[in-house]
Amino acid sequence: MTRSSPQLTPPLIDPSAAAQPALAVSGIRKRYGDREVLRDVTFAVPEGEVFALLGPNGAGKTTLIRILTTLVRADGGTARLLGHDVVRDRARVRELISVTGQYASVDEELTGRENLVVVGRLLRLGKTAALRRADELLEEFDLTTAAHRRVGHYSGGMRRRLDLAASLVASPPLIFLDEPTTGMDTRSRAALWNVVTRLARGGRTIILTTQYLEEADVLADRIAVLDGGAIVASGTAAELKRRVGRETVELVLDDGTVIRSVTDGNPERVRLLLNRLHSEGRHVRTLTVQNPTLDDAFLALTGHTSATAPTDKEPAR
Amino acid sequence: MSTATLPTELVFAKRSITRSLRDLDSLVTAVVAPVAIMVLFVTVFGAALDSTVGGSYTDYVTPGVMLLCAGFGAALTATSVHTDVSKGFVQRLRTMPVRASGVIFGHVLASVLRNLASIVIVLLVAVALGFRPTATPLEWLGIVGLLTAYVLVFTLIAAAWGLASKSVESAGMFSFIALFLPYLSTAFMPADNLPGFLRGFAEHQPVTLVTDALRGLATSVPDSTTLTRSLLWLVGLGVGATLLTARLFDRAARS
Ligand SMILES: Nc1ncnc2c1ncn2[C@@H]1O[C@H](COP(=O)(O)OP(=O)(O)O)[C@@H](O)[C@H]1O
Ligand SMILES: [Mg+2]
Repeated sequence: MTRSSPQLTPPLIDPSAAAQPALAVSGIRKRYGDREVLRDVTFAVPEGEVFALLGPNGAGKTTLIRILTTLVRADGGTARLLGHDVVRDRARVRELISVTGQYASVDEELTGRENLVVVGRLLRLGKTAALRRADELLEEFDLTTAAHRRVGHYSGGMRRRLDLAASLVASPPLIFLDEPTTGMDTRSRAALWNVVTRLARGGRTIILTTQYLEEADVLADRIAVLDGGAIVASGTAAELKRRVGRETVELVLDDGTVIRSVTDGNPERVRLLLNRLHSEGRHVRTLTVQNPTLDDAFLALTGHTSATAPTDKEPAR
Repeated sequence: MSTATLPTELVFAKRSITRSLRDLDSLVTAVVAPVAIMVLFVTVFGAALDSTVGGSYTDYVTPGVMLLCAGFGAALTATSVHTDVSKGFVQRLRTMPVRASGVIFGHVLASVLRNLASIVIVLLVAVALGFRPTATPLEWLGIVGLLTAYVLVFTLIAAAWGLASKSVESAGMFSFIALFLPYLSTAFMPADNLPGFLRGFAEHQPVTLVTDALRGLATSVPDSTTLTRSLLWLVGLGVGATLLTARLFDRAARS
């Protein structure tokens, strides 16, 4: 029910999967001053999976992403990407990853196309190849019509898409997305979800963080719930919901009365309920079984509601 | 040709130059300000000051205006550098197989080119207003070298300032230093006209030394003591600013 429940961190690597996980994180710890920002974070992500780190603001998501992408060193523990240590082999790791930070890091004075060309040329593409790659990405991210406009005139959603495109110039196998849709309106969010789904179908491994349960539910093959710097549960969305076990039945009687009852997934309780109603001579018109939502799961696992409702405002930065 | 890769530093330099050409602030600073300031000094103060400086005021003031404009233009580097570290561009670079520090090189090179262009504009306006340098080709070479070194050193100090700044506003403050330093020198009038407590500062600060050295070269009476002292100042400041910039970049990139 709460944090003290058995550590719900089953081995995430399916033994039948590829021998080497795309990402293996073990015992990562980090503190800033007195604050323990990450405590013993351990998980693994097989190749080709979409993995979501779900947690409220301040849970430590960005710090974890920064450690995994070579930007910050952990105080303890290890992380390996496709077998390469993020500290010792960071030069190699940087060739395997793309990172899209929580805030767009694009050049406002340059056009969308120029931004992508700069990244391409930094990655040692020739001029023609850099231009070709830029145009492909602009097309893929639905920015072709804005290609020659300065990014300063882009909307927040367009900037985030360009930022993501810029991180994909090199087609790396591992993609990190830190809160890719925070602050986006519904339409941009849906567009970004499409992009992520497409990348996943292309076989990339994607690690994303989010505050939104719905986002994790829609996109991720597996979810780890991060709260207060620790992983309090992990598994598929269905597994997380089942663990909470608060399945409820809803009965509507002939006279319009609605009865809701928690079954905890036990059919016996439904039978008892129906028997009692029958003996009282009341007739049931409809019966529906409701599974817990990921919201319920989150509340149960962390003891508080996580997700702030999506807003349409871009965070100030 | 089009399949050739460009060295990282040059990609960054090209990016910085494109940004400069797009940014109204830096264009005005680089092109309009030199013309306006040169015309202002010569036409407004010129007549009154010819006697004070004992000769043509245009000849006297031109080196100072060059340094004023170049320094002011170089100060913009503080803001560009600060923006790149604070807005996540450097973060992105550090997750890529790229030499991230090249971004500073790009800004520095762009600043040097931009401000040498400003200096040429000052020079053209000055000649139109009656500036008549008598330097030999060798002395011209010295002038170009000294100006380039001055712009480079000032840009490096601006870069360090930008990296040390906690906000865009404080990064922008460097423009004030760039503006006031020439005023507190002998760039626009001899030090005797300054109040006593500023005179000592004005006589020994690098802007005064570089201005004097430039005047000497332009009028074909180079003074080796002034030249040597200017160079010592520039080399000292340049090395210090480079080391500081490197350290601050590492720190900023890691935070
Ligand atoms: N550089 C830092 N210095 C000090 N504290 C930090 C730093 N980065 C993050 N923190 C703290 O660590 C905690 C987790 O932050 P973060 O990883 O950004 O969480 P999230 O991305 O999940 O919102 C927060 O309390 C934050 O204040
Ligand atoms: Mg975050």
